[in-house]
Amino acid sequence: MTIWPDISFQDRIDTSEFRIHERAHITVNDDSCRGCTTRECVVACPANLFVPTSDGGILFNYENCYECGTCYLVCNKEGAITWTYPEGGFGIVFHRT
Amino acid sequence: MTDADIIVVGAGPAGSCAAIAAARSGKRVVLIERGPFPGSKNMYGGVIYPRILDELIPHWFETAPIQRWVVRRSTMVLSDTGALNIDYRSNAWGQAPYNGATAYRPDFDNWLAQQAVAAGADLICSTTVTGLLRDDQGRVCGVSTDRPDGDLTASVVIACDGVNSFLAKQAGLYPTADADNYTLGVKETLSLSKHIIDERFGVRDNQGVDIEILGGTSGVNGGGFIYTNLDTIAVGVVLKLSKLSAQKKRPEDIIAELKRHPAIAPLVEGGQVVEYSAHLIPEAGLEMMPKMVADGLLIAGDAAALCLAAGIWLEGVNFAMASGMYAGQSASAAINANNVSANSLKSYTDRLNKTFVLQDHKKLRKIPHLVLSDRIQHKYPAFVTGVVERMFRVDNPTPKPGVRRIVSQERKKAGIKLSELVRDALTGLKGFG
Repeated sequence: MTIWPDISFQDRIDTSEFRIHERAHITVNDDSCRGCTTRECVVACPANLFVPTSDGGILFNYENCYECGTCYLVCNKEGAITWTYPEGGFGIVFHRT
Repeated sequence: MTDADIIVVGAGPAGSCAAIAAARSGKRVVLIERGPFPGSKNMYGGVIYPRILDELIPHWFETAPIQRWVVRRSTMVLSDTGALNIDYRSNAWGQAPYNGATAYRPDFDNWLAQQAVAAGADLICSTTVTGLLRDDQGRVCGVSTDRPDGDLTASVVIACDGVNSFLAKQAGLYPTADADNYTLGVKETLSLSKHIIDERFGVRDNQGVDIEILGGTSGVNGGGFIYTNLDTIAVGVVLKLSKLSAQKKRPEDIIAELKRHPAIAPLVEGGQVVEYSAHLIPEAGLEMMPKMVADGLLIAGDAAALCLAAGIWLEGVNFAMASGMYAGQSASAAINANNVSANSLKSYTDRLNKTFVLQDHKKLRKIPHLVLSDRIQHKYPAFVTGVVERMFRVDNPTPKPGVRRIVSQERKKAGIKLSELVRDALTGLKGFG
């Protein structure tokens, strides 16, 4: 029984406003990720931005990032994630939080 | 001549209160915010205790953009099927001098920043601070920003740049960041009519409810919360980072499971998600706090880990506002004394030590880790609800078992040793002071 409207992950993310800048404020070093077996980022990122690729790497999309910092804190590979804030005025914009 | 006397980085509750205090004492203040407006990067798990504003903004409650005043404060313990709810109500909390309030942070933080502007601070939004400037002696003397020619100099920089505080880290004030000290908060804002919220939660007008939850986080150490806004409710979970990744559970799935719990489902039923949000919380209190003072630099708010996550007390905005205010006052006093060395700025931490900001943290220093410990998280909810279930279940014709027997049986069923129960009770009693 569904007692509240089901919501797809994309619809969930689409409720948040992201002002996307052309520069990726977070980058992932694919070489480090290839050797990683634990992949904490894939589970923990609330925006689900870390996607394992079929060839053993990690694909990362910065556009829908909440700028929370979870990924660099859970990552145990030195240098795998380079994390900065987006340009001023860009990125996540909350309204009713 | 510097560009400003004081640069405040981040227009959240800490930064805006720092800017108000500094501008009131006649200083030239620049308040820099990386979002398009103050509050646009900020979310929380639901209640502001604004009484600390009495000092800076008398009658703040007449203009602050409050959603509801919390008149019902509940602590709920969830097992898989049961729920124990301890619910305290006081309608007096809905009147001056008030206690807790719910608000949308983009509204509240923007309002607070406008108080700083009214006090004379220059607010610059859409500007990300990229680093600290230092003079030839190594003292902090300003910030660099992502604007062209965006360096700004000042006598004192107050870093209120939030939980990730890259400025405090760049200044070497933080030891290595440890994922064990942080939790991830994720939240859904659900739209429901005001009428339904009033009926469902038993409140009227601008009265509101805050429910804090132990259990119900799908086996990931943490907690849950539900609170009421005027015509939305918020439901969310707080999850220990190290456990979240180890348990292979996704944050949004954990919220979904909480919403399906028989005690929670009737409260959130029919609510459409109108905004999803996520933010980190500096959870470990005193154990993780950085040095808050350096030459020309002060750290306040979440940037200094001044967030109280002590089980039955969950506060942050008030700690941010207070620490920001004291930082603004100390920075001004140091400038007046013509000495912005760490030694002179130390009046800031002296003030924190004398007030609730660090006294609460010292008193409750053992509680954050206790509340998130495996035993409290995974064994106590079943134990506590098991005892209450047995106490109130009438098994006639079998006569009532004694309470002591119930406690002993349920404790064993939950896998808690007597020595562990005694130890936890003592830690709790001592820790909660």
